[in-house]
Amino acid sequence: MIEIEKLYFSYPGIPVLEDLSTTFKEGRIYGLLGENGVGKSTLFKLMCALLTTKHGTIKIDGTVVERKPSCLSKIYYVPEDFDGPDIAIKNYAAGVSQFYPNYDDELFARLLADFEIDANRKFTNLSLGQRKRAVIALALALKTDYLFLDEPTNGLDIPSKALFRRMMAAAMDEKRTIIISTHQVRDVENLLDHIMILDRRSVLLDKSVSDIQQEYEFGVSANAPEGSLYVEPGLGGCTYICENKSGEESRMNIEILFNYINLKNKQK
Amino acid sequence: MEYSEHKPIYLQNVDLMQEKIVSGEWQEEERIPSVREMGALVGVNPNTVVRSYQLLETQEIIYNKRGLGYFVKSGAVARIKEIVKREFISNELPQFKAKAAMLGITKEELIDLL
Repeated sequence: MIEIEKLYFSYPGIPVLEDLSTTFKEGRIYGLLGENGVGKSTLFKLMCALLTTKHGTIKIDGTVVERKPSCLSKIYYVPEDFDGPDIAIKNYAAGVSQFYPNYDDELFARLLADFEIDANRKFTNLSLGQRKRAVIALALALKTDYLFLDEPTNGLDIPSKALFRRMMAAAMDEKRTIIISTHQVRDVENLLDHIMILDRRSVLLDKSVSDIQQEYEFGVSANAPEGSLYVEPGLGGCTYICENKSGEESRMNIEILFNYINLKNKQK
Repeated sequence: MEYSEHKPIYLQNVDLMQEKIVSGEWQEEERIPSVREMGALVGVNPNTVVRSYQLLETQEIIYNKRGLGYFVKSGAVARIKEIVKREFISNELPQFKAKAAMLGITKEELIDLL
């Protein structure tokens, strides 16, 4: 479990997180959502000690996160832009995997093959999408209990996105905590079982997908039902979110949920 | 596999699994993929897939053999057809009738078309 308490962070002159408290529990794939600049990437960097702060604490499995192998061996973070060093993928993996006791070399080879990436190639000779595929394969093969992915589908081509979903679903187990931050919600929505929406100061929503679907009804119709909480007009009709009165679940529409929660927050 | 309907993912997965049984791809009394295997097959979170299996279990379509995994129950095909028929009568048929009425298609015309 990750416990975040009263976390503050600012870049020189730019406050980012202000008094953020929340928890991330194991056995879940979180969708971490928030408008640009609310500090999602900053939060990731703080959770894996790439950034530090004097104000507030982050504990992983009850221990304060710090730059020590015993702590960092449980965590892997895939940033949005991964350039990679000027060496072959296999050499990079050999180096990095030293720090991760659960690393699975066979799994790495299989995932790279699925992604059609040759481990002998250098990162510097690969496109963004290829680098992303290589680092995602490595991230999964390291088998850390905590995995943070920042915009993982950015740069991936269409077949790679489907592969990515299948790999993530296969990698999930009750011990792991996976957090995916993205604006491309359609790419990952089938993977998520928990949604967390942040703004700079607070957690606006922290709910499982099944609870969200039991609480709200999502739909599209010529006219949005009376009492809709938020409506967006479009080609196929009005996409709406309203209270779920029937008790029947409809498929969560993350975009509409996100827009509704953010609007509600701003109106406060 | 692409999901696009308005049904929640776990129910769409139930539909998919029911189809596999009715089509004979999964035979009665045969072992089916585990929750994790199914999740990996369709790219869906295993926690979501668990809900599909739970529903199929309460519908007496699949059952769990301790330590061996999930199996298709005998008589599952007939039960699925019964469930889908009820859904068709309560959901799709009224929509179909409403649309025919809106377009002014008579019962006789419909019978001819069918």
